Order: sequence, then C-alpha cells, then structure tokens
Amino acid sequence: MITNGIKNLSIVCGHYGSGKTNFAVNLALEAKKQLAGKVIRIADLDIVNPYFRTADDRELLENAGVFVSLPEYANSNVDIPVLPPMLIHMFTSKDDISIIDVGGDDGAVALGMYKDRISAADYDMYYIINMYRPLTATPEAVRECMLEIEALCGLKCTKIINNSSLGAETTAEDVLDSISYAEECAKLCGIPLVAHTYCPSYAPDLAEKIKGTEFENKPLFPIRDVTKKLF
Amino acid sequence: MAKKVLMKGNEAIAEAAISAGCLHFFGYPITPQTEISEYMAKRMPKVGGLCLQAESEVAAINMLMGAVSTGARAMTSSSSPGIALKSEGISYIAGCDLPCLIVNVQRGGPGLGGIQPSQADYYQATRGVGHGDLRLIVLAPSSVQEMASLTAEAFDLADQYRMPAMLLADGALGQMMEPVDFSAFEKRELPEKTWVTNGMKNHGGKKNIVNSLYIDPNVLENSVRERFERYALLEENEVKYEEYLTDDADIVIVAYGITARIAKSAIIELRKNGIKAGLLRPITLWPFPKKILGKLADKAKAFVSVEMSMGQMVDDVRLAVNGKKPVYFYGRTGGIIPSVEEVAAEITKISEAL
Repeated sequence: MITNGIKNLSIVCGHYGSGKTNFAVNLALEAKKQLAGKVIRIADLDIVNPYFRTADDRELLENAGVFVSLPEYANSNVDIPVLPPMLIHMFTSKDDISIIDVGGDDGAVALGMYKDRISAADYDMYYIINMYRPLTATPEAVRECMLEIEALCGLKCTKIINNSSLGAETTAEDVLDSISYAEECAKLCGIPLVAHTYCPSYAPDLAEKIKGTEFENKPLFPIRDVTKKLF
Repeated sequence: MAKKVLMKGNEAIAEAAISAGCLHFFGYPITPQTEISEYMAKRMPKVGGLCLQAESEVAAINMLMGAVSTGARAMTSSSSPGIALKSEGISYIAGCDLPCLIVNVQRGGPGLGGIQPSQADYYQATRGVGHGDLRLIVLAPSSVQEMASLTAEAFDLADQYRMPAMLLADGALGQMMEPVDFSAFEKRELPEKTWVTNGMKNHGGKKNIVNSLYIDPNVLENSVRERFERYALLEENEVKYEEYLTDDADIVIVAYGITARIAKSAIIELRKNGIKAGLLRPITLWPFPKKILGKLADKAKAFVSVEMSMGQMVDDVRLAVNGKKPVYFYGRTGGIIPSVEEVAAEITKISEAL
C-alpha cells in the first residue's frame, strides 16, 4: 500500500504534464482514508500556470477532510507568486502528514528556497513519470529530466511513481506496456519504483487481465482522474 | 515517437511544426502559449533547428519575415496582446506574399486582460490583423489532435497560396492534454518556391525581390488584385467545417474551437429532451463556411452562435444566413468558459420561443 511507511513530508515533482497534481491529490485522499486520526495537509506550489492545479480540487479535498494550502490569492485577479505560509509548518511538523505538489520547473525553483529546512526533515520526494509524454518517453530522458529538477531545487528524488497514461483513452494494455519502462527508469535513476498508477474507470478490465500473470504482484495504485473537465 | 502520445495542445503545435519541416521558431513568452517556446527550445537543437527568443514580439515577427523570405519554413507564436504587437509585421508579410505560420493561443482582453481562455480575437484574426487589404488563412482547431494536424495543414496552405496562415486556438486548448497520433498527416503537392531570396545563383541568375512598397498606385492596385485572385481560389477550394446532427436540426449552433466541444455535449443533452439541435463547426474561420450555412438556412429554424466573446463570429453567421432565419448569440467572456448546462439552457429558451 502506497501509504505504508509514508513520511511526514511527501514532495511530488516531475516533468510538466506528468500528472503530479493528480497523484498528489490521490495520495492525500488515500492517506486520509488509511491513516485514521492523522491531520493530512496538501499544498500547491504552482505559482505560474493557473490552468490545471490543486486549487481546482479544493472542494473535493476539503470535503474529504484534507487541509488545503494554496498560494495566497490563487486563481484570483492578484494571482501573484506568493507561497502559502503553512509551508513552514508542513516542513517541520512531526505529527501531520503533508503533501506538497510542486508545479513544474518554477515550483522546483520555489521549493529550493526551503531546501535546508526540507533536508532536515524526514521526507520523500516522489518523481512522477509518464511514458506517453514525448519528452520523458525513454529512461535516458527521464533521468535527464530528474537531474534538471534536482539541480533546480537542490534536493534529491527518492522514489519513482509510474503514472504512465493517455488520459481518458488509457487502456489496460497501455498501463501494462509501461511497467518495464518504469522499471528501467528506476534502475537508471538509482531510486526505487514504488507504484504504478492506473484509473479503474478507464481500464476496468485491468484487475482481471493480470490474474495469474507476472503483473499480479506489481505495486499497483488505483487512482481517480481528478483533472478539471470542461465538457 | 510512440504511436500515440499524451500532449498539451501547445506541445502538439510545436511537435507538428517540426515534423512539417519547420526548423525556425521566433518567439517571445506569454501565457497561455509559453509551452510552444519551451518545447521548441528543448527540441530544436536536437533536430538541427533554431529556436530564438527575441527581445520582443515586434522583433520576432520581423525575424520571421526574414527567415521565410529565404524560402525556409518558419513560424512564430503568441497570445492575444502579443499578436497585436505583431500586427505591423504580419501586414508586411502579407504585402510581400510570404508564407508562414502565426499561432495565437487566445486569452481574455482587451488590454492585458487575463490569462484564461478566450475567443475574443476573432475580429482581429479575420478582419483586422494588420493594415491594408489583406487576409490570413485562419484555422481553428478544437482538439489537441487538430492542434497538430491543422498546424501541418497551415504550413502547406500558406506555401500553396503564398500567404501567411494563422492557427487560432485558445488557452484551454493550449493547456489541456489529450492523446495525439502523428502518423496520419496528409501532405500536399506544393509549387516550387521560385521567388525566394537565397542568392541569385540558386535561381538561374535572376534577381528576386521581396518587397511590399509600391509608390505607383497602379502597380500597387495590380499587386493587391492579383493577391485577391488567390484569396478567391482559397474561398472556392479550401473551406473546411464539421457538421454534427445538422440533418434534422431545428436549431443549428455555430461554434468553433473549444466552444464547439461544449456545444456538442449540450446537443446530446438537448436531444434527450426532444430538442433537435445540431452543430456547424467552422474549421476555417477565413475562408468562412458561408455556402453550407446558406444551405442549412433553408431547412433549420434558427441559428445560435456560441462564442467565448461578446459576439464576433455571429456577424459572419448573419451574413451567411442572409436574413433567411433568425440568428441568436450566446457567449461568455473575460476568460470564462461557458458550461454545457448554461449552453443547453440558452438553446432551450430559444427553442421555446420559436
């Protein structure tokens, strides 16, 4: 289970469009479900691009009992790069479970400001990868992108999440095709692969398909697609 | 590249341009189109191309004019206020009869406006993108797949008719992600570029001049008339549109881009309630699909232009319907995307009043 051994601080990073926000939201919801009595917090560091980010899922998260911290004035007319003050608490709390959605490269730069505090904390930095994104389609490109993010924020990625997806068109085969890619990425990046995500609503036959195959024991993490839908 | 990849609309434009042989990109960052520049900056060096961030939009459009006058395939991209800055250069490019691609990923206006999606640059693209008698080919994608396929098509159309083409998208299409298949683009037979200024030795010692200045009004009039003959050919041969459930439609919604996707969902809802609605989606905004709208006006009872603006394309719908049937308008502006529910409610109201 993805929340087994979850640290007080989980940082979620990756190439833009890899599905960071979707994973961060799902991790927060899962933590709320599995860790009774714990305060679960999520923060959004996406200070530049307002189109698809955690702020869109505020209602869903708050209804589930997750505390949401957004940049002050997010999605308002003064949407300026100001980070949520709750961040400092999240970096240092030994009681709360905190998840930070680092939006894109600019978020990684913003994160770097806190690298000393974060390094002192007990944290994991999840690196989200998607084989169907053209700039992270090969293990070499995935490693290159990881090194760029690490250089921007001055922190090391500690775990890989395979979030390979074609959005609503993802089939069970697409998920299974990405498993060996993700394993090679983990080997090349030198950090453990902890989960392969999939949306049961897009690939409802996946559980049936993997019965009795080598995939049965892979660490699958079923998630919801919480991306804003326009039509 | 894998058969299908997951891309943002902006990335799909950039990758499609590179696959179409565009190796020169001149840009200046502005939300919500910046991923085009970002993607170009990463990819161009790997394919032997050039991505240049100019000091301004004005510089970028003039660099583009220089590049395309040598016969190279090249493009620039921006969002609404940035396109306004480029307008002088666009007019010069049109006056020089140069083919190129200009991408506008629209955001709310006027002025700095906002950074959320909009379709309020319809007039700008189809009427006032630069001074003088000129037209642009204007293509309006409505999916990430079309962001790619129409980019490739725009380059070919521009080359064939020797004129600038514009891809008119919006912030939602630029930012949203959908699977794209790059394997299925059609290629046209294109005329040889005999007019390029790439050194006299490359075209039989003949001097080619790229210019838009004609002091003698007779010469200028002739050059404009020749250009308009090409525009007439485009209007005759290159109109593109999609029809959805128009055969038995009482009400025809006219919508392009992301708004057409919303209209389709609304039509499905409306038909469940017994309201016969259909969609005419212009894919070329110029040339505008006038003929088909004129034909639909013989059988439909009313038309509704749905836009993310205060009503701009509705003028072209009225001209095409030519008074045969009433033409209504529904729109949101300022960066607000109309919801499926509100479009359906508006059409229901119109249908009750018919």
